[in-house]
Amino acid sequence: MADLSTVIHNIKLKNPVLTASGTFGYGVEFDDFFDVNLLGGFIVKGTTIHPRQGNSYPRMAETSAGMLNAVGLQNAGAQYFANEIYPKLTKYETNVLVNVSGSTVEEYVACAEIINELDHIAGIELNISCPNVKEGGMAFGTSCPSAAAVVSAVRKVYKKTMVVKLSPNVTDIAEIGKAAEGAGADSLSLINTVLGMAINAETRKPVLSTITGGLSGPAVKPIALRMVWQVSQAVKIPIIGLGGIMNATDAIEFFLAGASAIQVGTANFIDPLATVKIIDGIDDYLNRHKISAISELIGCLHL
Amino acid sequence: MQMRKSVQNLKVIANLQLNEDHHLLKLLVPDQLENIVPGQFANILVDQSQSIFLRRPFSIHTVDYQNNIISILIKEVGEGTRSLAHAQVDSYLNVIFPLGNGFSIPKSNEKVLLVGGGCGVAPLLHLAQFLSGNLNSINILLGARSVGDLVELDQYSIYGKVFTTTEDGSHGEKGFVTDHSIFDLAIDSFTKIYCCGPEPMMKAVAARAKASSVDCEVSLENTMACGFGVCLCCVTETIQGHKCVCTDGPVFNINQLKWQI
Repeated sequence: MADLSTVIHNIKLKNPVLTASGTFGYGVEFDDFFDVNLLGGFIVKGTTIHPRQGNSYPRMAETSAGMLNAVGLQNAGAQYFANEIYPKLTKYETNVLVNVSGSTVEEYVACAEIINELDHIAGIELNISCPNVKEGGMAFGTSCPSAAAVVSAVRKVYKKTMVVKLSPNVTDIAEIGKAAEGAGADSLSLINTVLGMAINAETRKPVLSTITGGLSGPAVKPIALRMVWQVSQAVKIPIIGLGGIMNATDAIEFFLAGASAIQVGTANFIDPLATVKIIDGIDDYLNRHKISAISELIGCLHL
Repeated sequence: MQMRKSVQNLKVIANLQLNEDHHLLKLLVPDQLENIVPGQFANILVDQSQSIFLRRPFSIHTVDYQNNIISILIKEVGEGTRSLAHAQVDSYLNVIFPLGNGFSIPKSNEKVLLVGGGCGVAPLLHLAQFLSGNLNSINILLGARSVGDLVELDQYSIYGKVFTTTEDGSHGEKGFVTDHSIFDLAIDSFTKIYCCGPEPMMKAVAARAKASSVDCEVSLENTMACGFGVCLCCVTETIQGHKCVCTDGPVFNINQLKWQI
């Protein structure tokens, strides 16, 4: 057994496999399938200060090697999370992070303040990249000044590890990554979904109620790999890579591109056991290549 | 005890072609089956297709607890269903089941009406099977375009009295299910109506049930990515806001829905 442990700022992960927000519910939905404690950690559904109904339906379109979603951050709000859901998460021994989103800087700050009081939450993932909300979300993640503004404001109130989740819908993601790092991010996760669209030729209508939505799945993996590579060249803080990871080989590619950990997202929908298979597969890869620790692989792309 | 959901590889032990586009797959479950509630569904991986990315959800059509077999009724509508409909005997399908909440089952002996249309008949055979064990008076109304689209009538008639409608009048009464005389003659005598089929049909049945103050449950369909409540893609509008068809449903009481009926 190789050493799969990795570190994201102050969070020690026993293995580098996390789950992407919005694809793993609150963890408890997977209890029937496997012991969630086997994961390096998991990131719960995007949480906002006020409850959100999300977008109307249809919210999903299957596409070639992927899917579009337009959920729009449906959640019951940070206070409900703290009172009703958080107590169910304290049973987990692995790391639990909360994805935090908002429409204004003040909303991000208020939400982060509530999460900051929850001892068992290892960190937050600041979502400045959701493409499916009318206000805020991705708007914060597509310019350096607005990204820096929200990151530095949350930094003042949030004391533990703050990961900032970046949007791929930008011209230069490395610049946004540097702005987030400069404003106090402890780590960066990338990529969120790629803005896309599906059309029904027969009805001549868009498939999604919101017309556009976020593309995920294997279709986005080459984009995600390129962006992890570019950002890893530009910042010093650890990177969590995600985007279309379906198996251990995909995960290895992200480590080589510079990610210290990875998130499995859309794969959870198709195979609820994808994460545990990926953990086993990473171990197999390291043994096969006689590499004793995952840390020896991170950013070690042969050029 | 109600069965917990799990991911399993199930062996295809029979694949019966019922008509031009309907197939009945019988799948052997390796472990002892526990209680599956009628209306629960299975989410099946389509392995042989390059362009199909997500699983395909199907109602569990029948459950044979003695032999550990579940059956799935598949209508070929697209590439995913076509691939599954032609699954080879002795091959394996990767299935997540049982998922969702099923129909509510009356405790005592009641007179119920099951209404199905198109491929929406799928969960009603399991329901009829289950209800017959409760000594309920079971009436089953099945609608189709034409006689060739009505499948397994002999199976339904084991558990209850079967009525049919066809749009072309080739079997039973002519018209849609809601045109059937049973609605005018006997709707007040039912304590419950269970319905599954295309949404316009379910809305029409729900409207008749509501007008006669008969309790009515419908099984909804929606595009879903996961089937177990984490993607939040398959929501429907309810009086309590957006609810997931996969975990809060697929069966809903019509009083829960915001249908304009």
